[in-house]
Amino acid sequence: MNGVSPIAIIMFLSIVGLTLIITWWASKKTSTASDFYTAGGGLKGWQNGLAISGDYLSAASFLGIAGAVALSGFDGFYFSLGYLVAYLVVLYIVAEPLRNLGKFTLADMITARFDKAKVRGTAALSSIVIVLFYMIAQLVGAGALIQLLFGLDYWLAVLIVGFMMTIYVLFGGMTATSWVQIIKACLLMLGTVIISFLVLSKFNFNILTMFEHMKTATPAGEAYLNPGLKYTNGLDTISMLIALVLGTAGLPHILMRFFTVKDAKTARSSVIWATWIVGLFYILTIFLGFGAAAFVGSENIVAANAAGNMAAPLLAQALGGDILFSFVCAVAFATILAVVAGLVLSGASALSHDIYGQIIKKGKVTEKEAVKAARIGSLIISVVSILLALGAQTLNVAFLVSLAFCIAASSNLPVIIYTIYWKRFNTAGAVTAMLTGLISALILVAISPNVWNPVEGKAIFVGEPLVFLTNPAIISVPLGFLGGFIGTLLSKEVDAKKYREVEVKAQTGISVQDVSH
Amino acid sequence: MFMANNQKTIDYDKIAGMESFKKLTKKKNKFLWTLTAIFLVLYMLLPVLTSYTTVLHQKAIGDVTWVWIYSAGLFIMTWSLAHFYVSRANQYDKDAKAVIDEYEGGASK
Repeated sequence: MNGVSPIAIIMFLSIVGLTLIITWWASKKTSTASDFYTAGGGLKGWQNGLAISGDYLSAASFLGIAGAVALSGFDGFYFSLGYLVAYLVVLYIVAEPLRNLGKFTLADMITARFDKAKVRGTAALSSIVIVLFYMIAQLVGAGALIQLLFGLDYWLAVLIVGFMMTIYVLFGGMTATSWVQIIKACLLMLGTVIISFLVLSKFNFNILTMFEHMKTATPAGEAYLNPGLKYTNGLDTISMLIALVLGTAGLPHILMRFFTVKDAKTARSSVIWATWIVGLFYILTIFLGFGAAAFVGSENIVAANAAGNMAAPLLAQALGGDILFSFVCAVAFATILAVVAGLVLSGASALSHDIYGQIIKKGKVTEKEAVKAARIGSLIISVVSILLALGAQTLNVAFLVSLAFCIAASSNLPVIIYTIYWKRFNTAGAVTAMLTGLISALILVAISPNVWNPVEGKAIFVGEPLVFLTNPAIISVPLGFLGGFIGTLLSKEVDAKKYREVEVKAQTGISVQDVSH
Repeated sequence: MFMANNQKTIDYDKIAGMESFKKLTKKKNKFLWTLTAIFLVLYMLLPVLTSYTTVLHQKAIGDVTWVWIYSAGLFIMTWSLAHFYVSRANQYDKDAKAVIDEYEGGASK
């Protein structure tokens, strides 16, 4: 933390170098729109599983949950639980029909049933909003982290990360992005396993000893080992857990990963891989968090960063000295790069494929134009998110991430489920489902305690919040479903023939089998 | 990019009307939604129990309280149900292939 160590710079540069070599290699394999958005659909199950993990385990997971467990004990672990069980929703309900119906984007899948510009436009809008919120959170977090680790100015840190992600996506498309994510997932697991091993060794590899020690290791005393240290309102806790478990299945950058494999069977096996990797990681967050609380101390963690984001790197330093600290910092950097690259790509697919290619040009674009549009779209998404992040330095990033999950659960998930499983569902319902979910989530957050607090400096504005829920999922998710239901019934349109087609495609994958990759 | 051109047309209505297809979707959807309801209830039960009762705050093994045991149970549940899904889905794949074979057999005659 005191200036930059040479080891840290070497590791940092190795990661940058390695990812640039991958990008150069991937750029030669990226000539069509399908290459650009889905790596040609040729990824194997284990590759995509690792890439999903790399896409999913953001800095918020690695640094955020470790810090949350360190500071709030069990309450921090809620995130690990929610983020993992979410994969069952993805596996059971979404992954395979999505692979069978879609091509590049979520909107492709919904318009497989309702081929209307307004449906595609709304789906693209909702994806872009989620991507931007998520991306600002990642970039602001990245800027703060690199500032702490390397002593660089915030704006410079954001520009470095922004520049790197743009290079990966622009030149290497999905192939480069996937491999950056795969490498990052391996590095992250390695770092986490090493730290956890060191923590456990301090307790003679006895979990009971660790729990016994934690009873007295933090200012909270025995309460540290039980829920209720941070989340004291039942409804708010339940609401947050709803957003965590349902949000993943609506996140555009995660959904997009299912188009990179050739069929539903491979989509299935990639979720299994991801569930094991992500699950193992989330179990290890206990050791990261407990270890940081025991060997760094909550005072020191808060002193470095009030939200606890420095808990894991500081723990690495306490247990493994400068080398492990530098390695963990480099891993954190790779983590951020892999996630933002995936986000740029999914934002670009909504902008260039959905809005430009399918709505403005009505699908009449040549292969060359489509690739060019994809690159321009990536550039636009990158520049816009970098500019927004530069202006959002003081924003609390945790609430931006929870907002992204909440919108994904409220706006995208209802329309996905209705499209696949509800015969009566129609165009009007698709639009109202997405808009009610999106708008209600945005409004409820805008009047929440995240934005309003009577004490100055605690939130964005000074004043009384109109709702007490910090996460509105418990209201906005049912509203999304209800909006779609009412919108459907208000319109007379029924297209049973089209639903039969969608159902046959979703259940059998018959159309995908004829598509040659 | 637009690979749909060289496809032969598929008579979706015919497949949707086949008994074997109806049986498959019914069986599959019943399985999916039953299991989804079960794991969502088990998952949501955790915050309900921790927020409104203290049953999970009691010690189970040493200083490990029940809430950690319940959480470990959710991890095991996730992995088990993921693999259970795969074993079922592999069976449904065979059924789906049988549906397509039946359709193609009928279509070529």
